[in-house]
Amino acid sequence: MNVEGVIHQIFSGLANGCIYGSIALALVMIYQATHHLNFAQGEMATFSTFIAWALIQKGMPYWMAFALTFGLSFLAGLAIQRLILRPVERAPVLTNVCVFIGLLLIFNAFSGWFFDHTVKAFPSPFAQEGILKTPFFSAHEFGSFLVMLAVLSALYAFFRFTPIGLAMRAAAQNPDSARLVGIRVSWMLAFGWGLAAAIGAVAGMMVAPIVFLDPNMMAGILLYGFAAALLGGVDNPWGAVIGGLIVGVLENLLGAYVIGTELKLTVALVLIVGTLTLMPSGLFGKHVVTRV
Amino acid sequence: MPNLLEVKALKAAYGATEVLHGIDFGLEPGRITAILGANGAGKTTTLRAICQMVRTAGSALFEGQQLVGRATEEVVRLGVAHVPDGRGTFTALSVDENLRLGAHVRRDKQRIGADLDKMYSRFPRLGERRHQQAGTLSGGEQQMLAISRALMLRPKLLLLDEPSFGLAPKIVAEIFRILRSINTDDGVSMLLVEQNAKLALELADRAYLLETGRVAMAGTSQQLMADESVRRAYLGV
Repeated sequence: MNVEGVIHQIFSGLANGCIYGSIALALVMIYQATHHLNFAQGEMATFSTFIAWALIQKGMPYWMAFALTFGLSFLAGLAIQRLILRPVERAPVLTNVCVFIGLLLIFNAFSGWFFDHTVKAFPSPFAQEGILKTPFFSAHEFGSFLVMLAVLSALYAFFRFTPIGLAMRAAAQNPDSARLVGIRVSWMLAFGWGLAAAIGAVAGMMVAPIVFLDPNMMAGILLYGFAAALLGGVDNPWGAVIGGLIVGVLENLLGAYVIGTELKLTVALVLIVGTLTLMPSGLFGKHVVTRV
Repeated sequence: MPNLLEVKALKAAYGATEVLHGIDFGLEPGRITAILGANGAGKTTTLRAICQMVRTAGSALFEGQQLVGRATEEVVRLGVAHVPDGRGTFTALSVDENLRLGAHVRRDKQRIGADLDKMYSRFPRLGERRHQQAGTLSGGEQQMLAISRALMLRPKLLLLDEPSFGLAPKIVAEIFRILRSINTDDGVSMLLVEQNAKLALELADRAYLLETGRVAMAGTSQQLMADESVRRAYLGV
């Protein structure tokens, strides 16, 4: 075990952690508004990544395909909420769980049906040479780190500084009061679904060059995302991102030096079970101050 | 002048339990109208029925537009602001964000800043706490916030659910003084629900008395204040 190796594992863990954090953030965004965890988040992201792959195969420049996939994923997320989830908005939790599992199976099957099950190479937009090449990061790791950082900053600015972002926070926090100031709460949920799907698509496009693209690409990553969301406190978006970084680094270090790469996924499962039993509200679970 | 709100045979129910059994009343524009009644008479439900927050039947015409069957947020968009029971504060957001949400549906975005300043000069304590988390405010401050948030809509009709509830008499007096000035200065019509009948009749022009989901009496505040049964049952004199 040498110092340089450890540092490299940490940095590459941070790069993966950003992707886990983004998936966790997508989960948390929907959880905050509906108190449901969308099990289909990963498969939706995989399907989006396939769309990007198909566009690039057709000869579209990478970033144009990236932007188009982002937009299409947003619209698809919005449509899924409007058409499939809205009818069960008031239904019991198990009904929603069944719908999520159904969506997971549908998107997984769609990926295989439209794009077959062979493993595909997905291009990275970040050339190996050039300024992104640093001693500790590969160019793709550093590039995807920057992309995820940009997505997270844009999202933060959106929720913090725009009226519609404020309305979405209000609708998630107190739907009844939100209706009383004229916010169309159900549409805010749909926007949340759209954003979550778009973030998932970015995470998918960033992880695909590393793990290769196939219909089950996100299955493991979704587990890391769940672990990250729970570890950070499932109602805290910042917790999700930080949880993602912690999970990424932990997974890499344990995989490289302690348990071996074959058992890496165990780290996520142990974290999920451990967090739920030992501190159910996670590291940064929200404590709202109220006086009554 | 036609009534601002014309309610006919309005019924409301929670699940299978009907709470309002068909009530009729009207609100004159520019006036303050009070709804009085004991606990469980259906006062809060009347406000919730106007805003379509409960299952309703019958008719409620606001400036000629039918409210029954509309979504709550669409009723609000017609210019009906509701200060709900429990105040409906967005506890995790700041005072400033709470007020901005009140103006969510307004189109004249450039005038929202001026209205915010107006609220802060009307309630200086909210101004001092504008960046504070709203959940940390005292009960009285939260009530002021709820009223200000409703006014940020620039409503034609303000529905007030027990604005005196749980507050010290001094704060209540301050809030009722400000409600009076909002009515006279800005011409906002109000429908006030109150347990404290004396307080309500002093502020209101007209009043309706509800008893178990029916209108038992209607008249000007003076008429109700002079009525022997009202005096005995609700004013305690």
